[in-house]
Amino acid sequence: MTQQVKRLTVPAGASFLQRLTGDRPARPVYVALALLVLLGWLLFALDGAWFLSQENIVGIQQRSAALGIVAVGQTLVILAGSLDLSVAYLISLTSLVAAEIMAGAGARVPVAIAAVLAVSALAGLVNGLIVTKLRVHAFIATLGVALIIRGVLDERYDGPAGNVPESFQHLGYDRIGPVPVSALLLAAVAASAALLLGRTRLGYRIYAVGGDAEVARLSGVRTERVIVTAHVLCSICAGIAGLLLASRLGAGAPTVGTDGGYDLESIAAVVLGGTALAGGRGGVAGTVGGVLVLAVLDSIFNQLEIDSFAKDVVRGVVLVAALAIYARGRRKQ
Amino acid sequence: MRRALPIFVVLAGLLVAIAIVNPYFMEPPAFLAFVKRAAPLVILAAGQYFVIVSGEFDLSVGSLVTAEVVIAARLIDGSAEATWPVLALLILLGPLVGLVNGIVSTVLRVPSFITTLAMLLILSGAIFLWTGGAPRGALSPEFREIGRGGLGPVPWSVVVLVVVAAAAVWTMRARFGHTLIAAGDNDRAAALSGVRVARVRTVAFMISGLSAAVAAILLGGFAGVSAQVGQGLEFQAITAVVLGGVVLGGGRGSVVAAMAGAFTLEALFTLLNLYGVSGALEPAVQGVIIIAAVALGAVSLPRRNRGRLVMEGKS
Repeated sequence: MTQQVKRLTVPAGASFLQRLTGDRPARPVYVALALLVLLGWLLFALDGAWFLSQENIVGIQQRSAALGIVAVGQTLVILAGSLDLSVAYLISLTSLVAAEIMAGAGARVPVAIAAVLAVSALAGLVNGLIVTKLRVHAFIATLGVALIIRGVLDERYDGPAGNVPESFQHLGYDRIGPVPVSALLLAAVAASAALLLGRTRLGYRIYAVGGDAEVARLSGVRTERVIVTAHVLCSICAGIAGLLLASRLGAGAPTVGTDGGYDLESIAAVVLGGTALAGGRGGVAGTVGGVLVLAVLDSIFNQLEIDSFAKDVVRGVVLVAALAIYARGRRKQ
Repeated sequence: MRRALPIFVVLAGLLVAIAIVNPYFMEPPAFLAFVKRAAPLVILAAGQYFVIVSGEFDLSVGSLVTAEVVIAARLIDGSAEATWPVLALLILLGPLVGLVNGIVSTVLRVPSFITTLAMLLILSGAIFLWTGGAPRGALSPEFREIGRGGLGPVPWSVVVLVVVAAAAVWTMRARFGHTLIAAGDNDRAAALSGVRVARVRTVAFMISGLSAAVAAILLGGFAGVSAQVGQGLEFQAITAVVLGGVVLGGGRGSVVAAMAGAFTLEALFTLLNLYGVSGALEPAVQGVIIIAAVALGAVSLPRRNRGRLVMEGKS
């Protein structure tokens, strides 16, 4: 809703930055993505490789899938003005739950999926209730829940556990032409979230609560319910990512979530996509763009065989630069 | 100060609980050892307090601590002569990182959560690039003396902690402290009444960086060189500050309570150890207690809008 108002206020003779960021927060990230692809294509060519090779395209999609699904969920909570730092440990937990329940038997896959969804929904419910009912700042609430999940993981598991049957591993490794199944899963999750945000009452309410919770409450939105729902959906996304990672590893692992840095990286992808960290502004399209930018960066680094530690440095710089550009564009309006 | 009261009650309760299990705890050597162990986190919490009360976050302190320790080990490499110049360099590097955090957050208007998250990535990436994955070199005995040794029975860490605490309290009582709280409470109102908001916030980030440098010097001596020395410290410091009743978002809370929050966290770890809660369950218990403590603080204390107005009028 706020977006639509803003869309009308961009004047005709606006500067480049204004026009870039003014009407659609997702646009600059796709401009950046296009430029990055061009740069990648050039660097690959100089290196004697072909950027648009099937191998590279599939690699980029594979890399985006898990982070993308988590980041879509993270988008929902951030839009609602909250935050979730517990996703990384929840991913580890759900990968273990999935693999242990499956225990190598194809018949138990549906039960395992149901269990994962239930566990993650419960985690989201706890997060949401702590934030709304106990009025603990989301940062501390989800950090606390992350610690609790970590305690459970440390207590019960020393290493990989469980066994994922062949039939379920198709999710992680199969592909249809150049499109991996995991990328289709990301597309499905992102499309549902986009529909939810753009076409349903709940979606509008998420924007309203994130924009100004007090105004939303005064106009009759049950803000607490909206925030709890956003947290539940976010955690379910983390659960789906856990399932995907379990199918890729063939087992559950207590460190798969934290090794991937999914907590902070999903937040980074969301803000890279133009969603305001304070909530109320942005969307799923930008987040997917942000995830793709990170994945294309990764593929360039891999091709040039740059030290993986340099990746972090460049990511940090890209993040700050992108946010500085958004801030400039927004201030000029 | 009323806001800060609960944390002192909790801290006293925890200390009594520890003393019941371990009667030696209240004797000077054991208690000083506890304070010595807590010192780095308390100093970090004091630094983090300045940033949080001004309405920002600093997630970069953990990796800054690691970076400082790794740099010290590499540059000193066991030589006594290099100790003092490197110490000076470390003390300068901390505020410099804070300055960058502050300028990016205030002038470029990047949310500090993202600025300092990026700084975390950049620092940890750069340090590992420089060292090739594993820390090299060694700290000199002179360097480690600060974290390990002491002045008679009093560890140097405790002396440093007392100095830091006094400086922090003095700073918050000075004009700067009042403008900082005003900026955190309502930056527009503060700016209209003449506070240079960007400047005071940048200084707050520099103070946080300085505290990370001091904590790194103590931790390097106390715990030695490793690539994990600062891991998770940013979250512990923020948790400690929030435990002390300081509000995320700025404008409320005292630095003494923030430091008491850090002591409470450390006492909690000690107590969990004593009661034999296994290392694995420790984070879970910690998580529950943190949520409970913050929730209780949020419920029992109503908003004090009048206090807020007075504070703004003062600046």
